Amino acid sequence: MKAKKGDWVCIHQIVLRPEERAPQVPEDTKTVPLELWVKGFALHEAEIGQEIEIETVTGRHVKGELREINPGYSHSFGKFVPELLQIDKQLKEILYGGEA
Amino acid sequence: MSRDLSYAAVMGRRNEIMKQAIGIDYSVFESGGISFDYERMMREAGYTLEEIQKIQSDTGVGNTPIFELKNLTALARKCAPKGKGARIFIKDEAGNPSGSFKARRAANAVYHAKRHGYKGVIAATSGNYGAAVASQAAMQGLKCIIVQECYDSKGKGQPEILEKQRACEALGAEVVQLSVGPELFYTFLTLLEETGYFNASLYTPFGIAGVETLGYELAMQFREKVGRDPDKVVVTHAGGGNVTGTARGLIKAGAKDVEVVGASVDLSGLHMASDKDFNRKSFTTGHTGFGIPFATWPDRADVPRNAARPLRYLDRYVLVKQGEVFYITEALAVLEGLERGPAGNTSLTAAFALAQEMDEDQIIVVQETEYTGAGKHPLPQLSFARENGIDLRFGSPEEEKPGQNIMLPAHPNMIKVRDFDLNKAKMSYVKNCINNYKVNEISKVDLEFLVKDTKSDDEFIINALKELGVSVI
Repeated sequence: MKAKKGDWVCIHQIVLRPEERAPQVPEDTKTVPLELWVKGFALHEAEIGQEIEIETVTGRHVKGELREINPGYSHSFGKFVPELLQIDKQLKEILYGGEA
Repeated sequence: MSRDLSYAAVMGRRNEIMKQAIGIDYSVFESGGISFDYERMMREAGYTLEEIQKIQSDTGVGNTPIFELKNLTALARKCAPKGKGARIFIKDEAGNPSGSFKARRAANAVYHAKRHGYKGVIAATSGNYGAAVASQAAMQGLKCIIVQECYDSKGKGQPEILEKQRACEALGAEVVQLSVGPELFYTFLTLLEETGYFNASLYTPFGIAGVETLGYELAMQFREKVGRDPDKVVVTHAGGGNVTGTARGLIKAGAKDVEVVGASVDLSGLHMASDKDFNRKSFTTGHTGFGIPFATWPDRADVPRNAARPLRYLDRYVLVKQGEVFYITEALAVLEGLERGPAGNTSLTAAFALAQEMDEDQIIVVQETEYTGAGKHPLPQLSFARENGIDLRFGSPEEEKPGQNIMLPAHPNMIKVRDFDLNKAKMSYVKNCINNYKVNEISKVDLEFLVKDTKSDDEFIINALKELGVSVI
């Protein structure tokens, strides 16, 4: 997939390699890099996975690996959690159902 | 231009970077030792209540409604001994632009930045403060970058934090997302250096002063609506700004007898910088991971002297469990018709339990709520927890183990508060001061400062110092 100049994209960077991380990070964090993601307008054409330079909405020019074109939002109201309905039922019973 | 961008080099430049980015000379408030002139700092580097009221009024912030939660009060009375069950009220800070009380801090910070000629503002936050700053920046015509810690090493982002990214971007800000780690601060410093923008820190004098209007308004609203001051005000505690600002506002309104209770979600056992633990908690803020460190060493923030000093104002500090907060969030929706974000209900959860210790004619107020939406809601937060191997079920909140399970209380009468020993926190703070300044004797001025900063007395501090082998000259 190719991004054209001007496309809205998301890029990725490795900011600090594991060995460059802050001395106080715990063991599990020490073994992984510090990563960065930011969105902007592609300043030139590029393929997913290639290095690309973008202009962010504040006008900064940032280089990174092209990850996504037209990035959207994937968070939602999640999956159904039956326990919440049980709470609703219990609350109404306690307040209005005659429970002492 | 080639700046050394290594972690150590950037951290080494932090003082200069901060000085450029905040525009406050903190050195004039220093004594050279442990103490500094806090009230002078708040006076000179802050804004007066009237000035803040004007700034906030111009930006649509504040004057949020107070609701009496009659059904939650009735529920608390069903769980309480006879005659107990104070009236529970809530101040709907979700009504602010951007949906939380953080707008009060952001309004001031952005105003200050604009007044001093900065072209943009930067804030490091995975929380509501980001959207608040973005919203104010949009209103006041400044550029905005929000730096947030969002993903673990597997690229998994918590729904609550993803929603905050969306909100900030919707408001026109640039959002820089990072994987887990304290080096967020390092990235933040590099961006400040690169852009010359203002550090819209949560911990500046004017940031904290922005919250004073919350406490002041609350007192005024109660006098008008109910005819007296509330008995207790419950404030969610993380970095200490909420507690400090609210308490100072109450004091400015002359509401000196109101008990200020801080509340945090208990996440003990989880390491805040751990890649593995990051997505095993269901609260991004308002929890002990911030609450305890910031109480016992406030000057760990991104400014030389933190204006948020919770031990100076807290009368009591209580902890609640994750499951309890989700339960109360559900109760607020189905019993009071108020759908609000879970993290914003931490102090409501504490108030529900605390009300049961109080008499029926007493009053307890929860001073905030937050907005809700995709991600910022019990459904996505709980289903995300489940997907990540957290055992979600009904049971006893006392059996909740952060990172392993979330215990929804099997009955609302199981919702409790657990006191965090403030004396222990105060002792820790004194110890941290001594260790940080590496002294074995302190001046009377320092003693006076420590007494004020811990809301204690000479005897308490002198005993604490004795245990550390430190004398007062």
